Amino acid sequence: MIEVKDVRKAFGTQEVLKGISVLFEAGKNNLIIGKSGSGKTVLLKCIVGLLTPTDGHIFFDGKDYVAMGMNDKNEIRRELGMLFQGGALFDSLTVEENVRFPLDMFTKMPMSEKKDRVNEVLKRVNLVNANAKYPSQLSGGMQKRTGIARAIVMNPKYLFCDEPNSGLDPQTSIVIDELIMEITEEYQITTITNTHDMNSVITNGDKIIFLHEGSKHWEGDKVSLFESDNKELIDFIFASDFLKEARDARHDRLISKLSK
Amino acid sequence: MAEYIHASGGPIFHIGRYILMIKRCFTRPERAAMYWKETLRQMSNIGVGSVMIIILISFFIGAVSAVQFAYNLSGSMVPMYYVGYVVKESLILELAPTISGLILAGKVGSNLSSELGTMRLTEQIDALEIMGVNTISYLIGPKLAAAVTMIPILVVISAITGIFGGLVAGDLTGYVSSVDFTQGILMNFVAKNIYIMLTKAAVFGFLLTSISCYQGFYAYGSSIEIGKASTKAVVLSSIMVLIADFVLAWLLLN
Repeated sequence: MIEVKDVRKAFGTQEVLKGISVLFEAGKNNLIIGKSGSGKTVLLKCIVGLLTPTDGHIFFDGKDYVAMGMNDKNEIRRELGMLFQGGALFDSLTVEENVRFPLDMFTKMPMSEKKDRVNEVLKRVNLVNANAKYPSQLSGGMQKRTGIARAIVMNPKYLFCDEPNSGLDPQTSIVIDELIMEITEEYQITTITNTHDMNSVITNGDKIIFLHEGSKHWEGDKVSLFESDNKELIDFIFASDFLKEARDARHDRLISKLSK
Repeated sequence: MAEYIHASGGPIFHIGRYILMIKRCFTRPERAAMYWKETLRQMSNIGVGSVMIIILISFFIGAVSAVQFAYNLSGSMVPMYYVGYVVKESLILELAPTISGLILAGKVGSNLSSELGTMRLTEQIDALEIMGVNTISYLIGPKLAAAVTMIPILVVISAITGIFGGLVAGDLTGYVSSVDFTQGILMNFVAKNIYIMLTKAAVFGFLLTSISCYQGFYAYGSSIEIGKASTKAVVLSSIMVLIADFVLAWLLLN
């Protein structure tokens, strides 16, 4: 469980996060949604520790991540896995070496055990026979799957996904969304995904936080999302007039389908 | 960490951040074997990868030095074997370390800077940070260790190749025979000069690597910024190599 308490972040005089409080629950896929520039990425970077909040607290299972020293932070970081927008795979390493990297760096496992673990997670993300390939030889979807494999190889308690579908075709996006959902449930981890892809919201939205201009404007699940009367949220979801009309015409059918 | 990346300031800010970066390079590694593996990879990149260009340039520098010095001596009372002596001394004391330093500032400096800059741009450094890796120590420490070890070796190769180039050029042009040139090489050997050459090489290696890594590690923005960081790395490293050359010559020869 991750608790964000009144987090503020400013760059110079520009306040990007204006006091955000939210509880991200374990075993659920928590989504942060909002327009570009709403503060989603800054919030995610504050939670993982790449940025330090100007004010406020972030608790990982009750431990204050903002206040703790570097050594304690590194302990928490070893329980984090993160999938980056572009994959962030190490160019000079093969798929196998990329996935094995955290094991090489932080464990004393024998090589045979490490290889077994790498093959296990690569199989889990449906990426077989790619061990010897370099990131430049992989498609966008394969890079994302390698990124997920690297993120889960250490059995993390928390998984962060930054725009997991960016640059992917709709079909591959669905595969990645389903994979994130399955892994979250299977390993009972706290997953936080930063997205503006509405397909992801419908597939993965156990809990959804809507950010607008650095503030939390709405919080709920994928069913209540379509019943909300929050103007900014409606504008975000139904960006075009066509979608707004479609929603009005088929609102009841949509809600009953999502409730199932 | 990211605040440090995006921050900008004057020379004092950069000097301070550079010193802190160097300090963090010497922290205890998470796993020594991983650092050693990375150091070997960098030794191959910096050392083996630069041998050919060093040999090529040093050969011709030695050759040109021999021809020009022989030209200056022709018609004078100074015996021609002095050409070998002067080429040897100038290569050991000045040309081999300084020219190698400047060549490597261009080749290795731009390479290191763009490698780290690209890693920053593609979030590879963020990925390491989130894993709990001390990124400065892991990414820059092995490069420094490799440079300080390999660049003196390259400079020794440069000096030997340059002297050989002088010998070949002297013989081919007919200015000085290989026997005279060899007599000059063997004349008045000063071991301290080798020590000065190796000291210069290690210092230049440290400077050009650390400055280039600094520029790359703290680059941010777009690919244009990576290009600018590489240019800055080469220019600053070259200037620092020349300043260090003067300071070391002054300190070590007095």
